[in-house]
Amino acid sequence: MTTDHAVDIDKHVRIYISVFVTLMVLTIVTVAISRFHLPIHLAVTVALIVAVIKGSLVACYFMHLISEKKLIYWVLGLTVAFFVVLLALPVLTHSDGFWIRY
Amino acid sequence: MDIPYTVEARPDTGLTNGKIGIWLFLASEVMLFGALFASYILIRTGAQTWPRGDTILNVPLATFNTIVLITSSVTMVMAWASLMRNRFGTFRIYMGATVLLGGVFLVVKYFEYSHKFETGLFPSKNNFLAIYFTLTGLHMLHVIGGMAVNAYFLFPGSKLWKTNPQWFTNRVENSGLFWHFVDLVWIFLFPTLYLL
Repeated sequence: MTTDHAVDIDKHVRIYISVFVTLMVLTIVTVAISRFHLPIHLAVTVALIVAVIKGSLVACYFMHLISEKKLIYWVLGLTVAFFVVLLALPVLTHSDGFWIRY
Repeated sequence: MDIPYTVEARPDTGLTNGKIGIWLFLASEVMLFGALFASYILIRTGAQTWPRGDTILNVPLATFNTIVLITSSVTMVMAWASLMRNRFGTFRIYMGATVLLGGVFLVVKYFEYSHKFETGLFPSKNNFLAIYFTLTGLHMLHVIGGMAVNAYFLFPGSKLWKTNPQWFTNRVENSGLFWHFVDLVWIFLFPTLYLL
């Protein structure tokens, strides 16, 4: 193992620790916000924003997506597109048949 | 016949076959959980009333479990980093901690589930409990699956380290990708089921 490689891994480990601390703080933030009993739309928005930040940290740093090969990005891009369609389906059913006729 | 490109990257993709395989599998997992999340949204928005999760579920226990799972994600990535640093002994400690933390998560979940059943809260009682048990139950199966693979790499599978350390490191990285995905799913399950 070269010295450069070892230094690189040491740098990664420091990042993992920082991400871990951030995730812990954000977990406490998530629970603390829920204690305020915000109106449901606001509560959902805030909870999802915090969850997306936490999820992105896990994906980018623990799953190394921040420095991954192009093919993985393509696979995930396609997955995200289908995932959005999947989540949009319930929304479409609530638009009084604008998209889906009964 | 040996599986090709387990150690060196395939020239056209720049990746090992194992890594492409695990990411394609995770893509299918996103769709599986996505379908259940979409069902949850549909059922919840269609319901006239919906209980706040914290009126039925145990938030302190779930918060503890969130901390446990996040910690296990860190120990998992540290296990991989230990192999990258050529420190097999440290790998065993971190991988052991990861499996142990997975076990702690399951024990807490057991107490949560048994308390629900003792008080007559079964999936058949209402839509909230049906979706709660479906999503957390499926997630729990993933935790068990991840623990089994990690335990394999901790004990019998670790023999590969002696003969082909780079392949073993790549396999642990792939196993870690699955484990982090399990953590990622919980990060979304926790607020949507317990706090909203």
